[in-house]
Amino acid sequence: MQKDKAIVLKVEDIHKKYGNVEVLRGISFEVKKGETKVIIGPSGSGKSTLLRCINQLTIPDKGRIWLENEEVTHTKKNITQFRQKIGMVFQDFNLFDHLNALRNVEIGLIKVRGMGKDEARQKALEELKQVGLEEQAHLYPAQLSGGQKQRVSIARTLAMDPSVILFDEPTSALDPELIGEVLEVIKKLALNGMTMAVVTHEMGFARSVANEVIFMEDGKIVDQGPPRKLFTNPEHVRTKKFLYKITELYGRAVEEK
Amino acid sequence: MTEDFLAIYEALPYLLRGSLVTIGLVGGALALGLALGIPMAIGQVYGNKYIAGLISFYVWFFRGLPVLVLLFLFYFGLFTVLGLDLSAFTAGILVLGLRSAAYQSQIFRGSIQSLGEGHMLAALSLGMSKSKAAWHIILPQALRISIPGWSNEYSIILKDSAVTYAIGLTEIMTRGNFISTRTFKPMPIFLTCALIFLILTYGGIKFLSLLEKKVKIPGYGTEREEIY
Amino acid sequence: MNVIYFIKDIVLPPLLEGTLVTIKLLILSIPLGLLLGIVIAGGRVYGNKIISFLCASYTIFFRGTPLLVQLFVIYYGLPSIGIYFSPFVAAVVGFVLCSGAYHSEYIRGAIQSIKSGQMMAAEALGMSKFKAVIYIIFPQALRRALPGCSNEIVYLVKYSSLAFMVTCIELTGAGKIIATRYFRYTEVFLVIGIIYLLMVSVVTKLLSIVEKKLKIPGLG
Repeated sequence: MQKDKAIVLKVEDIHKKYGNVEVLRGISFEVKKGETKVIIGPSGSGKSTLLRCINQLTIPDKGRIWLENEEVTHTKKNITQFRQKIGMVFQDFNLFDHLNALRNVEIGLIKVRGMGKDEARQKALEELKQVGLEEQAHLYPAQLSGGQKQRVSIARTLAMDPSVILFDEPTSALDPELIGEVLEVIKKLALNGMTMAVVTHEMGFARSVANEVIFMEDGKIVDQGPPRKLFTNPEHVRTKKFLYKITELYGRAVEEK
Repeated sequence: MTEDFLAIYEALPYLLRGSLVTIGLVGGALALGLALGIPMAIGQVYGNKYIAGLISFYVWFFRGLPVLVLLFLFYFGLFTVLGLDLSAFTAGILVLGLRSAAYQSQIFRGSIQSLGEGHMLAALSLGMSKSKAAWHIILPQALRISIPGWSNEYSIILKDSAVTYAIGLTEIMTRGNFISTRTFKPMPIFLTCALIFLILTYGGIKFLSLLEKKVKIPGYGTEREEIY
Repeated sequence: MNVIYFIKDIVLPPLLEGTLVTIKLLILSIPLGLLLGIVIAGGRVYGNKIISFLCASYTIFFRGTPLLVQLFVIYYGLPSIGIYFSPFVAAVVGFVLCSGAYHSEYIRGAIQSIKSGQMMAAEALGMSKFKAVIYIIFPQALRRALPGCSNEIVYLVKYSSLAFMVTCIELTGAGKIIATRYFRYTEVFLVIGIIYLLMVSVVTKLLSIVEKKLKIPGLG
C-alpha cells in the first residue's frame, strides 16, 4: 500500500457563499502524490466551485489551501506561480479560439514560463502527441470535435508540468461517442502517476481509476472511501440514493464483477 | 468665471430658439426619410431587378457622399440649376431627408428580410396581393423591429443637423457662433451648445426606447446593442 | 467641351491638392482614433471605478454631441484658455477624440461578448490579468469589433470634410473656394462627390481585405 506518500494538495475547511447561498460549507481533503481523487455528487453541491477555489479563480470566504506544503491561500503576490503548478481542465474546454491547437499548447510556455519559441514548439508537439493529436496541430478550435478540443485542453495543461491537475466535469459537455477518447487520455495520465482531482459523473471511469471517491452534497463531504467500497456498500443512505439515481440516468450497472 | 455663466445665461433663450429650428429640421428630415425609405425598402426586397438596381444606386450615392458635400451640391448647385429658390431650412430638410431615406431604407430592408419569407408566402396563399401583404402584414412587424436602428438614425441626423451651419441655417451652431464672436466667450458658449445637443440626443433616444417598449410584441425579445 | 476643359485644367488641380490634405488627415486620424478606442475600451472594462467612470463620461460626451461642435470647441474655444492648434491639428484632434469614442463602444461590446471561460483558462495557466487581456482577450475582441470599427473608419473618410469648417482646406474646402470663384457649384461638387465615392470604395475594399486576413478558420 502507499505508505506516507507526499501530500501534494491539502484543502482545509473551505467555505464559500454566493449571496445568501452557502455553496461550500467546510470542505477538507487531501491528495497524495500519484493519487487520483474522484469527486461525485448532485449538481449544485459546489464541486466546480471547490475546484476553482483551489487555484483561486474563486476566492474562498474561509479556509486554507496548501500546494506541496506551501500555503496558497491569500498569496495574491505569487498566485500566478501557483497556478502554473495547478493544472485545470474545464467542462467547456475554454481553448483560445484565435489560436490553433499547437499555439494553444505553446502559449503558456512562451508567455508565462518565458520559454524560447523553438523549445516551446518542441514541447507542445510532444504533448499533442501524448494525447494523440499531433496531426491536428494546425487546426483551429472551431475545426475540432468536442473530444479533440478537450484533449488539446489536456495537452495545454500538461505542457506546464503541473504538480496536480484538476478536472471539472471534463466529459459533461461531450457527445456520448466522444467521451471515450477523453477518458482514455485521463486514465493514461493516472496510470503514469499524475496527481489528479476529477469531478465527474462517469461512474465506470471513477471505479477503474480512482484511489478514493468523495461524495459531496449541499456543500459538504457526505461520504468518502475507496471506489469498491463506496459503490458496492456505501455507509450513508444519501450516497446510496445518489448512486441509484445515477444508475437509472445512465443505465449503467454500478456493481461490476 | 461668473462672466462665463452670465454669458451663457444671456445666450440661452437665443440658443434654445435655435434648438426649435434644429428639432424642426430633424423632424422634417426623419419624416421625409421615413416616407421615402419604406417604399424603397419594399422596392428593394419585392421589386423587379430594375427597380432594385435603381434604388441601390440611390442608396450608394447618398450614403457615399459626405453630408457637407451633399448640402453644398444641392443648395448652391442643383437647386439653383433647377431654378428652385429654397430657404436654407427647406433645403436642409430636403437634403437631410433624401440622405436619411437612403439609410432608413437599409434599416427597413434588413428588418423585412429578417422576417423571412414565411410571412409573405402565407399572406399570398390567403389571396392577398403583394402590395396588400406588404402593407398589412410585413410592415407592422418590420417597423417594430426597426425601432433600435431608427433610434440610431435619429441621433445621427440630430448631429448632422449641425452641419447646416455651412449653408447659413440659423440653428444652434450658427447662433452659437454668432454669440461667441460678439461676446468673445467661445468656450462656454460652444460647450453650452454641446450640452443642448447632449440633452436632445439622449432624451430622444430614451423616448424612442420607451416607445419600443410600448409597441413590443409579447414574446419577441429583441436583443439589441445600444448604438447612439 | 467647355465643361471638360474647365474640370480638367481649373478644377482638378486644386481638388487634388485638397485630396492630399484629406489623405494626410485620415492617415493620422484613423490609426490614432482606433488606438484611443482600444485604450478607452480597456479602461472602461478593466479599469477601477474612477477610470471606468471617466472613460464612460468621455464616450457619452463624444458620441452625444456633433463632431462640428467638438471641432469648434477645440479650434475656437481652447484658445481662450491658452491652447492654440493650427486648423490641421485641431481637425486631427477632433477626429481622433470623436472616432475614438465610437471605436471604444464597438470594442467594448466585443470584449464583453467573449466568454468568461477564456479569461479563466488564461488565468488558470498562470497568466496575469494583464497578459491575459493582451494575448487572449484583445486579439479576439478586435476581430469581433472589426465590422463596427470598419464602419466608423468609412464614416471618418466622409466626415473629414468638416475640417473645412475650422478653416483646414481639404477636398471639400478646396472645392467650395473654386466653386465660389467660378459660380460652378454643380460641376465642382459632382466631381468632389466622385472623388469621395472613390475614396470610400478604396477604403472599404482595403478593410475587407484586412478582415479576410484576420479571419479565424472555422468560425462564421
